[in-house]
Amino acid sequence: MSTTTAIEGIDETQASLPGRPPMNVILEWLTTVDHKKIGLMYIGYALIFLLVAGAQAMVMRIQLAVPNNHFVSPQVFNRLFTMHGTTMVFFVGMPILFGFGNYLVPLMIGARDMAFPRLNAFSFWISAFAGLMLYFSYFGANGLSGAGSAPDVGWFAYAPLTARVFSPGHSTDYWTLAIFLSGVGSIGTALNIVTTTICMRCKGMKMTRMPLLVWLYLVMSSLVFVTISPLTAAQIMLTLDRYLGSHFFDTQAGGSAVLWMHFFWIFGHPEVYVLVLPAFAFVNEIVPVFSRKAIFGYPAMVAASVGIGFISLSVWAHHMFTVGMGAGANTFFVFATMVISVPTGIKIFNWLATIWGGKVIFASPMMFCVGFLFQFLIAGLTGIMLSAAPFDWQLGNSYFVVAHFHYVLVGAILFAIFAAFYYWYPKITGRMMSEKLARWHFWLFIIGFHLTFDFMHIPGLLGMPRRIYTYEAGRGWGTLNMIVGIGAVFQAAGLLVFVYNLVRSYYKGKEAGHDPWDAWTLEWSTPSPPPDYNFAIPPSVKSRRPLWDLKHPEDPDADYE
Amino acid sequence: MGIAWSHTYAAFGGRDLTGRWGVTALSFFAREGKSKIRSRCLRVAQGVTFAAGCSLLFAGAAYAQSPTNMFDPAATPAHSIFDLSMLVLGITLAIFLIVGGMLLYALIRFRQRPEDSSREPAQIYGSTQIELSWTVIPVLIVVMLFLTTTRVIMGTQGISKPDSTMDVTVIGHQFWWEYRYPKLGIVTANELHIPVSNPKSPLPTYLTMSSADVDHSFWVPRLAGKTDLIPNRVNTMWIDPPDAGLYLGQCAQYCGTQHAKMLLRVYAQSPADFAVWVSQQKKPAQTDFSGNPTAAEGQTVFMHNACINCHTISGTISNGRFGPDLTHLASRDTLASGAIPNNVENLRKWINEPDSIKPGSLMPPMHLNDHDLNAVTAYLAQLR
Repeated sequence: MSTTTAIEGIDETQASLPGRPPMNVILEWLTTVDHKKIGLMYIGYALIFLLVAGAQAMVMRIQLAVPNNHFVSPQVFNRLFTMHGTTMVFFVGMPILFGFGNYLVPLMIGARDMAFPRLNAFSFWISAFAGLMLYFSYFGANGLSGAGSAPDVGWFAYAPLTARVFSPGHSTDYWTLAIFLSGVGSIGTALNIVTTTICMRCKGMKMTRMPLLVWLYLVMSSLVFVTISPLTAAQIMLTLDRYLGSHFFDTQAGGSAVLWMHFFWIFGHPEVYVLVLPAFAFVNEIVPVFSRKAIFGYPAMVAASVGIGFISLSVWAHHMFTVGMGAGANTFFVFATMVISVPTGIKIFNWLATIWGGKVIFASPMMFCVGFLFQFLIAGLTGIMLSAAPFDWQLGNSYFVVAHFHYVLVGAILFAIFAAFYYWYPKITGRMMSEKLARWHFWLFIIGFHLTFDFMHIPGLLGMPRRIYTYEAGRGWGTLNMIVGIGAVFQAAGLLVFVYNLVRSYYKGKEAGHDPWDAWTLEWSTPSPPPDYNFAIPPSVKSRRPLWDLKHPEDPDADYE
Repeated sequence: MGIAWSHTYAAFGGRDLTGRWGVTALSFFAREGKSKIRSRCLRVAQGVTFAAGCSLLFAGAAYAQSPTNMFDPAATPAHSIFDLSMLVLGITLAIFLIVGGMLLYALIRFRQRPEDSSREPAQIYGSTQIELSWTVIPVLIVVMLFLTTTRVIMGTQGISKPDSTMDVTVIGHQFWWEYRYPKLGIVTANELHIPVSNPKSPLPTYLTMSSADVDHSFWVPRLAGKTDLIPNRVNTMWIDPPDAGLYLGQCAQYCGTQHAKMLLRVYAQSPADFAVWVSQQKKPAQTDFSGNPTAAEGQTVFMHNACINCHTISGTISNGRFGPDLTHLASRDTLASGAIPNNVENLRKWINEPDSIKPGSLMPPMHLNDHDLNAVTAYLAQLR
């Protein structure tokens, strides 16, 4: 698009000079405060942990494929599900989404970097250190049975199992401190995103003109403030209990096990939205571009996002319907939880309306978004089932719940992340990803996903609780678990194709140019990859789709907003 | 997609599952569907769901076989949850068919075709009326669902305890269950015996629950939803199976290494059978082994070993409370909280190498020599 050169005109030579010594390149990455490099480091680090935690899932599925299996011991299995959950939430989900946020938010609002570049680098490195420390526990700690290593208390680490009497050794301490440190990093980055969004927008970029992605990152980051704080406080209280003789969660001395649940879930449920709002953000950008239509109902989408942010703070105890809160409290949390389906539904309807009347192009980013839409719909509907407290008395802590939240985390969030990779990879590297490999990835992964997580609901309905390392024959769970395991193999194959595509396309992909998708937001006005400080001339915008206005001067958005 | 719903819908669609509210909601959706969307779109969506459901029919066999199927309720709490769940499943299935069908329709109908011109489609930015309609309708569904759910919550948790009940105190331990009958003076472990509750003169069993160590959860899917056992806290639940039988379940809150083998067995018995069980459990432990010297020696070995620190055998010096009460051990069907059948061979194995059955359990290997092991096993096998 020659019309966009007005906001280009940047010296592209300085980004990566050829022939520099490798040490200089490494040093540059280690010391960088550039939001794009930090974003990429977040993403790379999360991808490594994704493969690690995915491998842990594979081992668990092998163990559960047949009843009374002895592939791994109970101690090893308990460590596996603890590490899988902790890693996926804190060291895959959070960093990969923060990575995209870091990379995209300044570009999309026409800023040259984040508000606090050095805080940004600090946040990344402290989070990275937290992940490494968690895994160092495999060498440096002892578990519940004394002979173990990594933490084995489950990813929500219910008290008093974490008390020193039930969890001797240091495995729980590694878990506690890793969560604590990753929380410090998360709060730093959230602070950065909020400040950047509020203070660094380019000329004409009113709040009402921000891309929806930026809005969602704003809501997500605000939620991080509110929710990580109680989690961090709980880690400090737990450490005090373990080493300085306090009794917050020490039930033998009058402490409360339920207090930990409240602290954990006031973090834990909004955390789901912390993870899913960025997924919504990606879909909000990709669906319009590949439907060739503006997003339907921008103000409603913003309102729904902010609404979800607020309501999500009042639903946490739906994780606690079985702890005996009493009929009154249960009723309140049923209502709050059901209400959140209204703004969530509004989002789905608006995406539907965006597609309606468009010209849908089924390129790889859109294919993953379509997967997202259907799977998120299903995940939401199983969520409604779980929100009906009496139904939850049966379903809670069963494999039905495991299937439900994997539908959210994999079926919705991971699919949206894959879509984001295929969509922004050309911007980040200057090269297109292979569409053929993308299709292999998509079909392998979606077949595997449905084999695994559709069938996983059923053992839950048949009474299979989560977190068991083996089960009796004759419960009707065997065949179903075998199918679940086979699905996992397909998913693993798909994931490997994806990683191969990432690497191969970097060297052999087609040249992308600066705007391969004919898109409308500011990041596509920069060269690919964008140079340091992004914009030589700070851009100025007149509508929500500045590049649409440039490409269609006869019919600019600015006339309609 | 939609497998969980279509499957359960198919499996239970033949019965009258929904209450008045459910029927109203379903017919409401059916009308909406006809007027708003073209039938072709619905047919596509139904076809997809139907295919997914069919591919899963063999899994339906598992429903029939599983002894822990929550959709095969055998007591009032499980029944009321079942009725609510069918309503919820019906509503969510309807929403899935309508929204999923519209999505599918839009994706097919509005796909880019080769013959399309290169012009961008008409840009539509929104519509307040449409936004309102898809806000108000979900709000109405939510209110309806919420009211129905509240009714079930109140019917289970909000009712006062009737006069005639069987009271049992349940205490969770790593990794076994302790049952105490305060009115009857019985203490037992791992196998809960309760009388059936005749609907004409109900005798529900009230469970008062707590934990001696970490969190556990009592879950017998055919009888009721789960209730957590939490240390330093007392929870209650009730069950009232009208039919005699064995109901299975297991601990549903991760409680440590052997969470997986903390199994639940609930024996609902006819009044006569239950009375026999009670009278037998009320007897003190057998202590006279004049006709069985091996058992008599075993009693001596037991009383001179660490066994007595953790286990109680009433009428003896053995009064530990860390492990299960063994007064009537031989009257139970299973050992190690349901992990293995109760027979002499398994008992020997459990005493000397518990890790071969339940690795990580808190029962220590006793390292008895063969002679002592035979004697102790013979003794325990006499504790009927």
